[in-house]
Parts: sequence; structure tokens; C-alpha cells
Amino acid sequence: MSAGPATAAGPVAAPLRPGRTWTAAYDIRLALPLGAFFLVFFLAPLALLVLVSFYADPAMTRFGLDQYARFLLDPFSLRVLGATLWLGVEVTALTLLLGLPLALLLTWAPGRLRGLLTLIVLLPLLTSVVVRTFAWIVILGRQGIVNAALLGLGLTDAPLKLLYTEGGLVLALAQVQLPLMVLPLVTALSRIDPNLADASAALGAGAWRTFLRVTLPLCLPGIVAGCLLTFAAAITAFITQSLIGGGQMLFMPMYLYQQASSLNNWPFAAAIAIVFLVAVLACVALLNLAGRLSGGRARA
Amino acid sequence: MRTSLRRDVDWFSFHGAVLLLAGLCLVLLAAPTAIVVVVSFTSGFSLRFPPPGYGLRWYAALAEAEQLRAAAWNSLVVAGWTTLLSVVLGTAAALAIARSRRLSARLLDSLFLSPLVLPALAFGLAALMLFSLAGIPVSPLTLVLGHTVVCVPYVVRTTVAALSQMDPVLLESSTSLGASRLYTFRRVTLPLIRPGILAGGFIAFMASFDNVPVSLFLRDAATDMLPIRMWQDLEGRLDVTVAAASSVLILVTVLLAAVMERAAGLSRRMAA
Repeated sequence: MSAGPATAAGPVAAPLRPGRTWTAAYDIRLALPLGAFFLVFFLAPLALLVLVSFYADPAMTRFGLDQYARFLLDPFSLRVLGATLWLGVEVTALTLLLGLPLALLLTWAPGRLRGLLTLIVLLPLLTSVVVRTFAWIVILGRQGIVNAALLGLGLTDAPLKLLYTEGGLVLALAQVQLPLMVLPLVTALSRIDPNLADASAALGAGAWRTFLRVTLPLCLPGIVAGCLLTFAAAITAFITQSLIGGGQMLFMPMYLYQQASSLNNWPFAAAIAIVFLVAVLACVALLNLAGRLSGGRARA
Repeated sequence: MRTSLRRDVDWFSFHGAVLLLAGLCLVLLAAPTAIVVVVSFTSGFSLRFPPPGYGLRWYAALAEAEQLRAAAWNSLVVAGWTTLLSVVLGTAAALAIARSRRLSARLLDSLFLSPLVLPALAFGLAALMLFSLAGIPVSPLTLVLGHTVVCVPYVVRTTVAALSQMDPVLLESSTSLGASRLYTFRRVTLPLIRPGILAGGFIAFMASFDNVPVSLFLRDAATDMLPIRMWQDLEGRLDVTVAAASSVLILVTVLLAAVMERAAGLSRRMAA
């Protein structure tokens, strides 16, 4: 930014009011409608959710910490929470492993090819979640492509059970969430000065070393952003979890939905929602912190 | 000699590994969509791949699937109103917070984007509690209100990005040439940020059309929404009609995305 507006644009373009420049031209009051909307339809419901979670009984007659005690002292509930968070970790790791090379390829590709590749990356993000998930049922089902190929090659005698397994679920979720990982990575990678890689090579570092010591640390903000988005999306992916995971695997979103909708136990559903929310926010904060710490070290 | 060979091995192994994984990744991204389209043309009754033969019978069945059609119409109407509300509220809010350095602007920015990370199902339940406490029965109206909360962040994000890329000198010269603030907004700012608003509106529309977690709680029994209908169909029995419906959705999405790519440079905006 150049000095002041007066020196930058001359006296003619002097700000309309002293001390205010065009860079902050629009009135903050323009945010009032959306602010009010969020207050009524976003913050108030969340506050209500917290309140309801403190009711001790489904009929909502007296207050108490019973619902939280019920969740936190119940091995079943804790297992559901643990399985959900672990699912997020697995999906995030797989998307990072696959997404980083793709993001690198995107930054190397020349203009036209890059546009085409970007559209392929965007395609899953734009198609309906039900459609994407449905595609995986076709692929992983007993009569699906994978089984047909394995049987055709004589690698198995009977169709394998791929649908309704954790591996299948992780794979399907990884495909669904890949764009969320690749896009921030591309942004971060394209901000890196290409001269740095050249300098690293000129100083004798090989391709792997340059990648590990220069590129990777510099795109850490993108990695953190991508991991945040993928993790949050994977653990809340209600549809994919229920269709590919099937009835045997229970994760937090379905647990919440069952309690609220089928069992009509609003206080317990609210408590599940709050525990889930807090867990998500804690993971997000943790990742952010890790990113800042390692980011700081990379710069130092 | 030795070192140069080692460098070659190093270079080829790195680039080979990247190309291999990236290629695998591209197949993984594109294959499922392609497979759904192929299967939808099957002449058989099952989701077998490759299909035993090809035909249009499931598209004919789709034309008679009243429930799916009604659900698609409901989703379309709700997504339309949600987009309208999101664009109006979101653009105004983006103007207010984009170039401001105030603490309040930054706080509002994180508030408006926070529905993106919160589990939407928790918000859906919370909104249902609010409406039932206020004595408002769930209806298409409550659907639009709930959808707007989870869709407006996309408009705010893309519009804020477009505003912060705008050169303030353009606004200064417009004023210095005697244009009023409103005129400057209409003739300079709005045309410059229009692609950002368009891209945000498009993503908001798609997100609303495809929303399940909020709709599950905020729809009334009479209002069937397309993704929920399809989800329930898939849980019950694997029907090839769903494949035909999916293919139609994919086709419409790709067409819309192509139009938006021309109008707003969608891929650039979403990568930003």
C-alpha cells in the first residue's frame, strides 16, 4: 500500500470525509440485514440447542447434566464419537496423499490443460452428493466393477464384500472430498515463487529434496486449510456415511438423527450435537495451531 | 557421471511418482460420474457394470416417476428463493466487510462463514427447535430460511474475494470525475464484482438444491425434496431409475457449470 490517499491520488480525490478512504468506502451498516438474519436464524437456534441439551429428561421438565453424563459415560456413545473422528483422520490422510500430487500437476500444467483439469477436480463438488455416493454403490456393489474385474481376472472365486465396509467408505468419502483438498493446495502452490525451486536446484538439491525442504513447508497453509475442510466435510457427510457405511457402522450424524427423529429424544440429540460441535471445533483449532506452529518454523 | 545419473533417477522418480498419483486421482475423480451415466442406459434391471445391453427404458420410467418429479420441483423452488435471499443479503454484507479493517468487520466475516465448518445436521436440529418453540410450522418457508444460513457463506466468500481484488484507484477516479457514490457503485463496482456474485450465487443454488441435513429437519411431510427422495429410494432398493435421474442431474450440472465458466470464470473463482 502506498502512503496516504492524499499523496497517492492528489487533492482532487481527497476522501469524502477526513480520515476515511475509498478502501473502506462501504458502510458497515450494509452488514446489518445479514447480521440480523444470522442472529435470529443461526445464533438463536444454536443457543436454544445448548439450552435444550441441559434438560434432564426427554419431556423437558427439569434441568441437569444428565444428557452429557449419559453420553460421556456410555462406552457405546464414546465409540461412535471415536469412530467418527478416526474416519475423518483416515479420509483426510488419503485425500492429502492423492491431492498433493494432483495439485502439483495442476500448477505445472499449461493454461488450457489446467482449465480442463480444474473442471475435472470441480466436477464432484458440483454433482449432487446422492449422485456421487450412488456411483460408489455401482462400483463397490456385489455386481460392481471391482468385483466383476476381480472375478474376470480370476483373483477371487466369489464377489468380495466392499460396500458397507470402512475401506469402501473411506475411498468414497475421499473422492467426494478431494476437491476441498486440491483447491486450497493449488492456491498455496501457485503463490510459491518458482525461482525458489530453481535456486534450490542450482544449489544442488534434487527434486525430492526440493519438494520436501522448499515446496512442502511453503504450502503448509494450503495443507492446513485443505485438511480442515476435508476433515469437517468427511465427519459430517451424513448421506455417504449412511449409504456406503450401511447399517452396521454408526457415526455421529446418524446417531444424532436417530435420536432426534426416530426416538424424539430432543435433549439427548441436542447433547450429541453439542458434543459433536465441540469435537469438530477442537479438531479445527488443533489443526490451526499445528499449522501456525509449523508455519512459523518454516519461515524462521 | 555418477552424480548426474543419481540426479536423473531422482528427477524421474519424483516426477513419475507425482504423475502416477495425480493420474490415479483424476481417474478416481471422474470415473464414478462416468459410470453412473453409462449404467443409466442399461437395458437390464440391475446396476451391473458393464450393462448387458443399452436402451432408454429407465429414462422412460423417469418420465413416469411422479414422486421424483414433484421432489425435483420442490427442490428447484426452494433453491431459487434461497439463492435470491443469499445473493441480496450476502452481497450487501460482503460490501460492508470486504475492505474494512475494523474488528467488527473481521468478526462478522468469521460469523458469516462459520456455517461452512459447523455440522449442518446440528444446525438443522437447532433450527427445528427454534421454529417449533416460536410456533411456526415447518413449511417451504422454513426450508428457505434454513438453507439460506448454510448457503449464504458461499456468496459472501466469492464476493469478498472479488471486492478485495478490485483496484481502489478505479473508485477514486470515478469520484474525482464527479460521479456520485451510488453511480460509482452501479457503473464501476457492480460490473467488476458481478462474476464473484454470480459464482457465489451459483454455488449457493447448487448447495441448496443438494442439501439434505437441513432439509431433513425443516421440511413438512408433504414437501418431498429431491436428494432426500433419492437417498430414501437408494436405501430401500437399488433402482436404475435413480441412475437415470442422476444422469439428468449430471448433465444439467455440467451445462450450468459450463455456462457459469463462461460468465464468471467459475474454476478461477472456486480455486481462489
